[in-house]
Amino acid sequence: MTDLPTRTGRKLGLVIDLDICVGCHACAVNCKEWNTGGHSAPLPDTDPFGAHAAGVWFNRVHSFEVGDGAESRTVHFPRSCLHCENAACVEVCPTGASYKRAEDGIVLVNEDICIGCKLCSWACPYGAREYDEDAGVMKKCTLCIDRIYNENIPEAQRVPACVSTCPANARHFGDLGDPESDVSRMVEERGGYDLIPELRYAPVNKYLPPRPRRGPGGDGPRTLAAAQTPGRAAEAETEEPDGFLGWIDRLLSR
Amino acid sequence: MHPAYSVILFTTASGAGYGLLAMMALFAAGGALPIDRWFALSGFILALGGITFGLLASTFHLGHPERAWRAISQWRSSWLSREGVLALGTYVPALAFAWGWVVEQEYGGSWRMIAVITAVLSTLTVYCTAMIYTSLRPIRAWHNHLTVPLYLSIAFWTGMLWLNALTHVFGAHNPNVGMMLVVAGFLGFYVKRKYWRLIDTNPSWVTPEGATGLGSLGKVRLLDPPNTQECYIQTEMGFRIAREHRVKLRRIAFVCLFLVPLPLSVFTMEAGPLVAIPGAILAAVIAMIGALVDRWLFFAEAKHTAMLYWGAETS
Repeated sequence: MTDLPTRTGRKLGLVIDLDICVGCHACAVNCKEWNTGGHSAPLPDTDPFGAHAAGVWFNRVHSFEVGDGAESRTVHFPRSCLHCENAACVEVCPTGASYKRAEDGIVLVNEDICIGCKLCSWACPYGAREYDEDAGVMKKCTLCIDRIYNENIPEAQRVPACVSTCPANARHFGDLGDPESDVSRMVEERGGYDLIPELRYAPVNKYLPPRPRRGPGGDGPRTLAAAQTPGRAAEAETEEPDGFLGWIDRLLSR
Repeated sequence: MHPAYSVILFTTASGAGYGLLAMMALFAAGGALPIDRWFALSGFILALGGITFGLLASTFHLGHPERAWRAISQWRSSWLSREGVLALGTYVPALAFAWGWVVEQEYGGSWRMIAVITAVLSTLTVYCTAMIYTSLRPIRAWHNHLTVPLYLSIAFWTGMLWLNALTHVFGAHNPNVGMMLVVAGFLGFYVKRKYWRLIDTNPSWVTPEGATGLGSLGKVRLLDPPNTQECYIQTEMGFRIAREHRVKLRRIAFVCLFLVPLPLSVFTMEAGPLVAIPGAILAAVIAMIGALVDRWLFFAEAKHTAMLYWGAETS
């Protein structure tokens, strides 16, 4: 049945640190690499070398420009299935192909009974599900169930492919249902948040916001209040060396 | 949203079919239709033909049409599944009712009960179709209180137009059918106008700031999409229609769905059969064209929150 479990034993998911992500797309590439031979294999590409290359990816990195002028910054934003607690994609499925596992909360598709109606992809506000035109079924992030429980690989590697490959350590995997877990602590400390909370999907994955910028004087984190006081910022600017030395100075004083 | 022709054909053809079936059943239960078996046979062929054609059309867009039977299993949570169950379930009383009217030449007495069940199940099927769309929270144009009235009123109106045409063809037109037709026309007209006003004026559902959670840092604009060519999400959810086309198509839909068929069927109603019959049939055919354009717009105009991650500024 596509009824959602009333509660799941664990809430396995990802915590993505938007402060650290450098937008290298390694997570997306390694995800594709692993999963095209994994549980939902293959992840097809249509016209891969032509003008209209398209294909199924479970993880995509979007780059946004946030804010204006001197205050603007680039935020790289990896986006994949959030394994929501109120996963409407599961509830709308007419066949029972989509399901949320009661033991760990992972949302999966049974490709043997999926009819390819695509309704689940319409029900996902995050655009996490991608349709496989070749197989005629819906595919999605499996949280690498074929890695995280895989006893044939070293224990350190039993994390999703995207987490294992991130060179900046911006991606973390763990049980978000356990308040004592590393990921839960990280969410607590850094103010991790849900995407589009107003739609009430209760995503398990959390995003950690970019940290406030340090002031030019290197005197600790610049708060929003400080940023809104141009006098103080301008004053600090005149006192500090700029150019390469200033950059070194700011870097070292972090 | 991408307007899939199979779904547009399904919702319009089966909508009109269920509308006709429900109104035939209710008028028969009220004794306001001829007992003529040829009238009944034509009506059932039209209604069940439209429904069956629509249901078959809806399987064309599936990746695995041969597994379509599985879609009736999840009625506890899925409106699509409920629709499937009710669509199949409606055949049972509908065919029993058709048997009574066409073969037994009887629609009174206990047949009335079957007629009422047919009408109720037909209405519930269209209700479920509308609920499939209403239940989708990421789509503002659908997740509102007017999607259900919209589907029901258009099914009612197109169904009534076909019933009106049938009664003219068999020389059985009566004031009750005429009155109901006018009510259906004005109701559809009213709901459609209200629906368009709602989707044009209700505020954006989610913003790029909300989609990324970065609003506290300032305005969020897409700098680089993850992919250089369109991916599935963009072709499926990112269908865009130019503003001038939208205005033109809304006009065509409104003229064909209401402005022509409503006066046409009313003004030819009291004329002789040589005018009334072609008038009523023409009104129904034009309204079906209008319904197709309108349903195409229902999909094409709807925006999905996922597109906020690809640079859409509103949803």
